[in-house]
Amino acid sequence: MGRVFKYGDNVDTDVIIPARYLNDASNENLKAHAMEDIDASFHTLVKEGDIVVGGYNFGCGSSREHAPLALKASGVKIVIAKSFARIFFRNAINTGLLVIEDARMADEISQNDTLTIDSAKITDVTTGKEYPLPTLDGYVQKIIEAGGLMNLIKEEN
Amino acid sequence: MSMTATQKIIAKHAGHDVKAGDLVTVDVDLVLGNDITSPVAIEEVKKSGKEITIPDKVVLVMDHFVPCKDIKSAQQCKTCREFAKANGIKNFFDAGDMGIEHALLPEKGFAKPGMLIIGADSHTCTYGALSCFSTGIGSTDMAAAMITGKMWLRVPEAIKINIKGKLQKYVTGKDVILTIIKMLGTDGATYKSLEFFGDISSLSMDDRLCIANMAIECGAKNAFFPVDSLTKEYLEDVGAKDYLIFEPDKNAVYAKELDINLSSLTPVAAFPHLPSNVKSMEDLKEKIYLDQVVIGSCTNGRISDMRAAASILKGHKKKDGLRLIIIPATQKIYRQCIKEGLVDIFLDAGAVVSTPTCGPCLGGYMGILADGEKACSTTNRNFVGRMGAKTSEIYLTSAYVAAQSAINGYLSAPED
Repeated sequence: MGRVFKYGDNVDTDVIIPARYLNDASNENLKAHAMEDIDASFHTLVKEGDIVVGGYNFGCGSSREHAPLALKASGVKIVIAKSFARIFFRNAINTGLLVIEDARMADEISQNDTLTIDSAKITDVTTGKEYPLPTLDGYVQKIIEAGGLMNLIKEEN
Repeated sequence: MSMTATQKIIAKHAGHDVKAGDLVTVDVDLVLGNDITSPVAIEEVKKSGKEITIPDKVVLVMDHFVPCKDIKSAQQCKTCREFAKANGIKNFFDAGDMGIEHALLPEKGFAKPGMLIIGADSHTCTYGALSCFSTGIGSTDMAAAMITGKMWLRVPEAIKINIKGKLQKYVTGKDVILTIIKMLGTDGATYKSLEFFGDISSLSMDDRLCIANMAIECGAKNAFFPVDSLTKEYLEDVGAKDYLIFEPDKNAVYAKELDINLSSLTPVAAFPHLPSNVKSMEDLKEKIYLDQVVIGSCTNGRISDMRAAASILKGHKKKDGLRLIIIPATQKIYRQCIKEGLVDIFLDAGAVVSTPTCGPCLGGYMGILADGEKACSTTNRNFVGRMGAKTSEIYLTSAYVAAQSAINGYLSAPED
């Protein structure tokens, strides 16, 4: 169960984790500054299992994997957005952060809603709406199921 | 099956024909990392207990916080340095022989037509100017590719840009790509390749590298320029031999086509806080006073940018109270600036001239903005807080506009 932090379109990697903090890739550093330039209170309020919801082009900008890692380090389990920038999308999949591209969900789910997730669906407890958990194409789904690309490589090789 | 140029390069590296939307595994020809993204990849490799199998295809460039700005960044470079040594990675570029990665790799002849290049830096799309497939990826992708020599990707659809006309005086590749980003929006090309055809003869190689560099700012996976006589000349100059030229099939399918008449373009600026928020300098009504001007980066730190800046700055001083920071993108460009007397012009104008570094572009160091400050910059992003304080503002332009703005103290285009 987690709480929703909702943002608008074009949430870029510079606001997810500003480059001035990229001299240290430790989880402690990334967590302390996650979302700092868009939501200064995020790091104090976010808890294990929370959800980030965004608009179009979530994660645009830099290739820094520190962006999904900062959200993961903060306890975020899922990012739901109307659309994702492609490098953020693959970085999230590769590092085992669940990303769901669904404009209807991103519209219907509100700030501070409470969501629960199981293997088949996401439930917005606040509104009572249920959403089936989407699956992706073959190899990508295998990465997701392995919990990240390096896990899959270890399994395969 | 008909394929676009990008699809043909991917097919060659997948070992079979492909179509848009296919998820394929490809052999990579080159894997790039920098001092920010490589340490995360190196950590993943170490954790996996696996060996690097393609050390000759790995290039590590220490450019973002280099020469190291603090202990933590020095530690990250040390990690890269030791990893390169322990794993026989010869293409390791440190302070003194490095340059900004996307200016350095073409200059060193690493990027050649037909190659498949991945880089843990979003502006890796730059090498599309040299008719290869190159795209930005993350650190885990970099780790996996160093171990397996392969990576997964989705075959992109293409947007075809039909070029005609000739660039006018003071109009550059930067104005071309900013105009395209304005037309497409920051996500208008997401998951797609941006392929340039038509009369590209008036676009210099530096213009093409700048255009391809910013393809990511409209979301594109890669950019592609065909090989022409200019490309061949450039490749010969940098000693790049043995390459494969790919052309699209005549009946290749494009998701969208866009016509750009270079003759009608004017100098533009991307206003805060998106690269798509582009306005023509001619339409500028108010004076936007500036605190800083930056000329450099993987987008516009090449010799033609330095020459453009010098042509405007010659015999002039920057406005009192404004900081002008000029950063040639590689050692070779730096030396050329000294030889041609450009550094004298910059110093006479009151500029800081620095060794190559990405520093200010990403708000790393070497030119950070304080609260409420405004900068005109030839870099590639103007997101909130990108160059420093959250309340600072960045206006993205060509080197011509940046240099003229430094003299006037407010955002302005050169006029004859």
